[in-house]
Amino acid sequence: MLRIEGLTAEIDGKQILKGINLEVPTGEIHAIMGPNGSGKSTLSYVLSGREGYEITGGTATFNGVDILAMEPEERAASGLFLAFQYPVELPGVGNANFLRTALNSIRKAKGEPEVDAMAFLKLARTKLKALQMSDDVLKRNVNVGFSGGEKKRNEMLQMALLEPSLAILDETDSGLDIDALKIVSEGVNAMRGPNFSALVITHYQRLLDYITPDRVHVLMGGRIVKSGGPELALELEAEGYAKVAA
Amino acid sequence: MPAVAETLDTVQAASDGGYKWGFETDIAMEYAPKGLNEDIVRFISAKKNEPAWLLEWRLKAYRHWLKMEEPDWAAVNYPKIDYQDAHYYAAPTNKVAPKSLDEVDPELLRTYEKLGIPLREQERLQGIAVDMVFDSVSVATTFKDRLAKDGIIFCSISEAVHEHPELVRQYLGSVVPPADNYFACLNSAVFTDGSFVFIPKGVRCPMELSTYFRINAKSTGQFERTLIIAEAGSHVSYLEGCTAPMRDENQMHAAVVELVLMDDATIKYSTVQNWYPGDAEGKGGIYNFVTKRAACRGARSKVSWTQVETGSAITWKYPSCMLLGDDSVGEFYSVAITNNRQQADTGTKMWHVGKNTKSTIVSKGISAGQGQNTYRGLVKISPKATGARNFTQCDSLLIGDRCGAHTVPYIENRCATAKVEHEATTSRIAEDQLFYCRSRGLTQEEAVGLIVNGFCREVLKELPMEFAVEAQKLLAISLEGSVG
Repeated sequence: MLRIEGLTAEIDGKQILKGINLEVPTGEIHAIMGPNGSGKSTLSYVLSGREGYEITGGTATFNGVDILAMEPEERAASGLFLAFQYPVELPGVGNANFLRTALNSIRKAKGEPEVDAMAFLKLARTKLKALQMSDDVLKRNVNVGFSGGEKKRNEMLQMALLEPSLAILDETDSGLDIDALKIVSEGVNAMRGPNFSALVITHYQRLLDYITPDRVHVLMGGRIVKSGGPELALELEAEGYAKVAA
Repeated sequence: MPAVAETLDTVQAASDGGYKWGFETDIAMEYAPKGLNEDIVRFISAKKNEPAWLLEWRLKAYRHWLKMEEPDWAAVNYPKIDYQDAHYYAAPTNKVAPKSLDEVDPELLRTYEKLGIPLREQERLQGIAVDMVFDSVSVATTFKDRLAKDGIIFCSISEAVHEHPELVRQYLGSVVPPADNYFACLNSAVFTDGSFVFIPKGVRCPMELSTYFRINAKSTGQFERTLIIAEAGSHVSYLEGCTAPMRDENQMHAAVVELVLMDDATIKYSTVQNWYPGDAEGKGGIYNFVTKRAACRGARSKVSWTQVETGSAITWKYPSCMLLGDDSVGEFYSVAITNNRQQADTGTKMWHVGKNTKSTIVSKGISAGQGQNTYRGLVKISPKATGARNFTQCDSLLIGDRCGAHTVPYIENRCATAKVEHEATTSRIAEDQLFYCRSRGLTQEEAVGLIVNGFCREVLKELPMEFAVEAQKLLAISLEGSVG
């Protein structure tokens, strides 16, 4: 269970989050929708521990543990995963090596044995198949020369391998064509289960045609202004943020 | 930003506090008196029982050196060196040329073990032949007998002077003449030991050859001289490593390496240079002034220099290729790291003389702390070198905002049919790259290691496996998986 209470945060002295209250029970998928500049990306970065954001008030706990006090890698080890809006390129770093290093770092932090190269390859191939991705992706450098869709799928591959218990998807749908959107959605849906929860951050409703959220929250001006069921997303699409939030 | 500060700490820990090779071996030593003059040159020559011609050669070099000026064109700053304030010869006293490892002083074996070179194991398990140069003398060479079966000579240069005088006399100074430059000239006068390799015609050396240089004694300089001759159609891979104790004083290392290649010969020469770099304030450390050059005399000969330069307070080093034979190939792959107050001015020279000669230069400079890193290279194409090709790539990575990266490429092309390409980039480890890695569970150290490793990958993959591991550890990075 992710619980956020009265969370306020600023960047360069400018307040972006103005008191977020949110609960995502384990096993549920929640969507956060909002116009540009409402604080969506800031929320995902604050939760995953990016530098440069000052938390000025409030709390965020995951399964009762204060995550705001943790280093980003500790959050990852505790089961948090951020799918980036703009996945970062790592020149010269092989994707297979990166993924295995990440997987083993998390396993090590949990006190689990590391997986060797052969076992990893086997595991990766299973996940690749499910995501309809080619094995070649393992040989390429992390996100280097990837198309927008390939980058997002690579994020899904990482998620599938690291098996987080809470995934934050930061506008994962942006820049995807409809086929890629389906594959990404299937990736998330495949993770769905009693031990997995997700926070799907999106600007548009269309992703939610493929991932049906349990709850939808509207983020505007750094606050959650409205919450509801999946039908709220359709309402937003039809009538616009201003009217729904009014 | 805090992440950058942490990164700096990481890098600092990796190269400063992490200098694990900084211990001193307590062993009875014999020194030449401090200072440099003709008597010292004679002293060294006498210690080594050298023939008259070699003493003359040394003295000629010394007299020439007196007339030379220390070069000041490199982008390195250091106080004036007092050449009289050092011992030019230092050797363990109880040295009787050991026939096998059993006869080597156990204290020395322990030293090399501590340095991560378990000689007995290497002899037994890994099949790497090692020559160990401790201060001014070679203390042991393994696998000599096995190599001799193929006609390969692998021994110290002092031994070669006695056992193979005709070869030494023919080739010594033939690639780097004594008057070549100030430091090479000094080396020619006072060189003490180093390795000698001869690979006969058509022989592929069955194992990696390796020399491990160790400076141990205080107030000494190390002036080693290495000579490798690859006859027609032969092939050899040679590795060198080097370390020194942590001392407050600056110690000098001025080496000369000469490679000679006949038709279709290949030499792969790899270096992991890890001399003591000095402390965080720039106190102490080795001054590393090295002249390395290969003469590709034969057609289709190929030389490949790979260097990983992590140590030394000052590095002044330009492993070069004289591409004389038609279709000969020269390669230079370099990673140079400067951290704290380290300064490196390093690169290569590619002289294209033969037709259709090819050269490749890949240089990766990493600067952190207040380190200054300069790539200096010359690609020179003579009018006769029709169809010559060069490709140069120089990449610099900056960590923090107090370091510097400089690229100084010279291109002299006097041949209309030659093609010369130069690419250069400068980048920083980006905050978003670090965060991306950390959000996937990697620690700050692992993330920096992975990114630096990725940056250097093109060079590291050129290293023989045994060295790649050491080099990657040195860069505080993890080995790339067997996949991908």
